[in-house]
Amino acid sequence: MANTDKNSYTVLFATGMVLIVGTILAFLASSLKEKIAENKRIEKQQNILYAMGVNDNDETSVEFVSKDVVADEFSKYITKQLVITGTDAVEDNNAYLIDLKKETALAKNPTYKRRLPLFIGSKDNTKFYVIPVRGKGLWDAIWGYIAVDSDLVVQGVYFDHKGETPGLGSNIKERFFMDDFKGEHIVDGDSFKGITAAKGNSDPKNLNKTDFEVDAIAGATITGDGLSAMLKKDLKMYLPYLKTLKQ
Amino acid sequence: MGLLSKKDVKLITDPLADNNPITIQVLGICSALAITAELKASIVMSIAVLFVLGVGNVVISLMRNIIPSKIRIIVQLIVVATLVIIVDLVLKAFAYELSKTLSVFVGLIITNCIIMGRFEAFALANGPWRSFLDGIGNSLGYAVILIIVGFFRELLGSGSLLGIKVLGDPIEKTGVYAFGYENNGFMLLAPMALITVGIIIWVQRSRNEALIEDN
Repeated sequence: MANTDKNSYTVLFATGMVLIVGTILAFLASSLKEKIAENKRIEKQQNILYAMGVNDNDETSVEFVSKDVVADEFSKYITKQLVITGTDAVEDNNAYLIDLKKETALAKNPTYKRRLPLFIGSKDNTKFYVIPVRGKGLWDAIWGYIAVDSDLVVQGVYFDHKGETPGLGSNIKERFFMDDFKGEHIVDGDSFKGITAAKGNSDPKNLNKTDFEVDAIAGATITGDGLSAMLKKDLKMYLPYLKTLKQ
Repeated sequence: MGLLSKKDVKLITDPLADNNPITIQVLGICSALAITAELKASIVMSIAVLFVLGVGNVVISLMRNIIPSKIRIIVQLIVVATLVIIVDLVLKAFAYELSKTLSVFVGLIITNCIIMGRFEAFALANGPWRSFLDGIGNSLGYAVILIIVGFFRELLGSGSLLGIKVLGDPIEKTGVYAFGYENNGFMLLAPMALITVGIIIWVQRSRNEALIEDN
């Protein structure tokens, strides 16, 4: 065996190891890239449908429509996809592929006109407007889809997160939390209120649907605050367009 | 069992009790505190660690004679990180839903000191087969503690097990809640996990005199 304490050996070993590991990972990442992107696309469609109540839920579980039928269901229930820029709304069948993270980054430039995707669906003769939102939790990004009707009353939501604490912040994607949003109002007359995940709002059963509050998750204060901020900020951007619906 | 000699069996059974990685070696405490608020998360984390530690120990053991001692820690880190990324990528491509549940744990596995600890203490000095058994044994020992802690934290903190409300509904006041029982929200916070681990250590030491150090 070669002398493994020599500096030259150490450098050689480190270089070799980095090359081998780098090659393996790069090869794997690029060969699986398309499959992963396809999975993400399907997931987006499932999420949007979930928010408008098209899902395979039983009593307590969170179940999306299955992968095999999602494409058909998506074209069946989502009647129109819009991209809103300023006051214009243009129809675009790939609006759901718009990356909110990139849009938020681009929007930091004041001259950039942010593109806002909006999905219009219809189920049982009700029109749904599904709004994608994205914000910050405690550890990483959180995002979701909010379905409202033309009176701006929430009909369903879906939340997800990248790395919130299991058992605490990660509970934002559990039924007991998401179902609480159903029926909540986001505007009070003309003024925009959003929805706040509030501690101690003495309404744990959430009977009051016009207090603009849902019961927060214990032990997940920062995730809850981030979620409230996300709803306030992102829903507000759609308000000018949504208000035109009422007239 | 022809495959396992008495010594080999000891490699697996020792970490389950007398040489438990968490309560005796004090390895892997961080993740035992962070993710045990729910029983399900404890189980998933245990399986993930079982895989990474089993395979990682073998890889390090195979490389033990060619790793330069000066950079061995970095080499160990690269091996763990690579394994974890490979698992993550493959899951994302072929079992997307599962990968979403696991993604939180990926970072935690890399920083889990139980893995580096076993590489350093065992795999660098032993053959692949014995290292594999050591990896399995230690991750099972880790799993036992995680599941005990997760069981009590979820039961007392949220009144449920694996998400099923076993004690009744706290808002509707059914089950034990009808008698004025309340969930202890403290159990959901990390300090209570440390106290739970402390109680396990106390129970274990009080039952086994050999574990008590002389002062």
